Amino acid sequence: MEHYRAHVLICAGTGCISSGSKKVEAALRAQLAQKGLDKEIKIVETGCHGFCEMGPLVIIYPEGVFYVRVQETDVIDIVEEHLYKGRIVKRLLFKEEGALEGIPSYKDIDFYKKQKRIVLANCGHLDPEEINEYIATGGYEALGKALTTMKPDEVIDEVKKSGLRGRGGGGFPSGVKWGFTRKTPGAKKYVICNADEGDPGAFMDRSVLEGDPHRVLEGMAICGYAIGADEGYLYVRAEYPLAIKRLRIAIKQAEDLGLIGDNIFDTGFNFHLKIKEGAGAFVCGEETALMASIEGQRGVPRSRPPFPATSGLWGKPTNINNVETFANVPQIITQGADWYASIGTEHSTGTKVFALTGRINHTGLAEVPMGITMREIIYDIGGGIQGGKKFKAVQIGGPSGGCLPEELLDMSVDYDSLIKVGAMMGSGGLVVMDETTCMVDISKFFLSFTQAESCGKCTPCREGTKRMLEILTRITEGQGKEGDIELLEILAKNIKQTALCGLGQTAPNPVLSTLRYFRDEYVAHIREKRCPAGACTGLTQYKITEVCKGCGLCVKVCPVVAICGEKKAVHSIDQDKCIKCGACMAKCPFKAITKG
Amino acid sequence: MKTIEDLKRLRQQVQSQTRVRQECSKQIIVGMGTCGIAVGARDVMSAILDEISKRKLEDITVRQTGCMGMCEKEVLVDIVLPGEPRITYGRVTAADIPKIIAQHVINGQPVKEMVVGKFTE
Repeated sequence: MEHYRAHVLICAGTGCISSGSKKVEAALRAQLAQKGLDKEIKIVETGCHGFCEMGPLVIIYPEGVFYVRVQETDVIDIVEEHLYKGRIVKRLLFKEEGALEGIPSYKDIDFYKKQKRIVLANCGHLDPEEINEYIATGGYEALGKALTTMKPDEVIDEVKKSGLRGRGGGGFPSGVKWGFTRKTPGAKKYVICNADEGDPGAFMDRSVLEGDPHRVLEGMAICGYAIGADEGYLYVRAEYPLAIKRLRIAIKQAEDLGLIGDNIFDTGFNFHLKIKEGAGAFVCGEETALMASIEGQRGVPRSRPPFPATSGLWGKPTNINNVETFANVPQIITQGADWYASIGTEHSTGTKVFALTGRINHTGLAEVPMGITMREIIYDIGGGIQGGKKFKAVQIGGPSGGCLPEELLDMSVDYDSLIKVGAMMGSGGLVVMDETTCMVDISKFFLSFTQAESCGKCTPCREGTKRMLEILTRITEGQGKEGDIELLEILAKNIKQTALCGLGQTAPNPVLSTLRYFRDEYVAHIREKRCPAGACTGLTQYKITEVCKGCGLCVKVCPVVAICGEKKAVHSIDQDKCIKCGACMAKCPFKAITKG
Repeated sequence: MKTIEDLKRLRQQVQSQTRVRQECSKQIIVGMGTCGIAVGARDVMSAILDEISKRKLEDITVRQTGCMGMCEKEVLVDIVLPGEPRITYGRVTAADIPKIIAQHVINGQPVKEMVVGKFTE
């Protein structure tokens, strides 16, 4: 057995791969071989660390030094200075805004300090394609404990006691759902993991599947034991090829070790897993449409009852949970329900993984205890708003969710509090917006997404969202009329009450939420034909002010020759020709061009 | 994998694969500044790693460091055991490693004739 004196952990999550981490790895391998260090230093590909904005990320052990934004050209310094001579490459360390010194250990960076990583504990710290590394952290011992020392009902009680609620967005108590499926009589039952993750911008589930797939498999197996199922499906969207690849490897490795398959731990419990790839439909994240899709039918929802717990996949009792929900289960079994319930709030226990996106400095993935405030997430972990701009709102819950304005920044982030203010937890995608975001435009964006994804089965969703979108589009183009807001509200209420499934029922949420907190923006669009944020191009005009010195730089960059003027005299823009690209404003050295 | 004991045994076995990423109680530090490398620190390093691997030793971190200052006495190798002061060996060759590991690292007895320094707080 070789002894490696150093491990270089390179993030190979999809985010870092697209920033070039594979090239960094190739360069590293080549240089280590050249210097004869390849037998002493091991290169490990890990899953997503979460600090995606700063990728490609590299951690070097035994020192535990954390390097950010590593490029191919940096590898030579890492090898010659750090791996050879033991000197940290200071310029590759993470620096807080305005700081002079870098921070060597990721544990000391604010982004990580405020997190509590249970689901993401292993992500970025082990090789997801190597089951032994998962086992080294105690992996599959929870499954062993459940199978050999607990009865199925005891497992369900433990999950109930922990207070775990569905992390897909519904927030239904998971233990209670498991209990329903267990109670339904029948020899054949199924476990399904919903890994469709359709919310635009959400990538929590993807990172867990790419970074620590075994955790999810273990959670599913424990569920299977608890409810009496011997077969499980992972429904993974086809747009996640790396997650699918790692899952296939993980399942094979677990099967080879007898941890998934027949007679696990010699207890007579059988559990087999299959992967079903989605085909690009957001609606297939809805549980009944998902099951239809697995059965080979069109992914279209049906009414409930009957709920999957009574009649699900192929009519059999089925328990469906989100990736993150299953990923919480092993630790609940190992460390106990009381430990889990001590984290978070009374009714929202445990942690939640959030995808931080939008106009925030540290985009990435963070796992925090429930009950943390939105302000802490955005400013302490997220590093605040890009470019020092002003915070305007944060959209939480994706196309089903709502926005929170500044006055709600100090509220506790938990299931019930969010519903009270007209938002919802959703799957955990957070889109941070600044003063340049138009709230009408944002609701139009989300609604156009849900409209495109509507399966068409029920009239309220099929027709209703289409009409709502038409109204919103008119408003953003300066064609809004008096009465539009009231019509939007009536339509929204009707669709919410009558649509067949969650897609339609929650599609109006972004509109209702922005109307609740930013009604004045809608009014300005309709009555004044003005977009306060300056984002709706139909209502925006670029104008050259008296400050103009007539230097002519803007004329040169205008792609449609819309600017004219005499040398050294104030120029002007022909509004009919202007395509509102903003190139002139970006070029002007005197800040003489305004937008609004 | 038949029983949970099998799993626990496998866990013990494979923990050594990721040990480098955890804090270890014993440390071996090899001076790899230009002076050290010129005199053969790379061979000493390889010998240390071979010995550890041969003896299947656990709970040891092997690190490199730059020039420690006593260039005359390179190759320098420091041993840190829990609760003990850091001992520096000088003029170390690959051939000395088995003895240093066996006598000092495993049995806790510094090889006095090779010691050139001891760190005191």
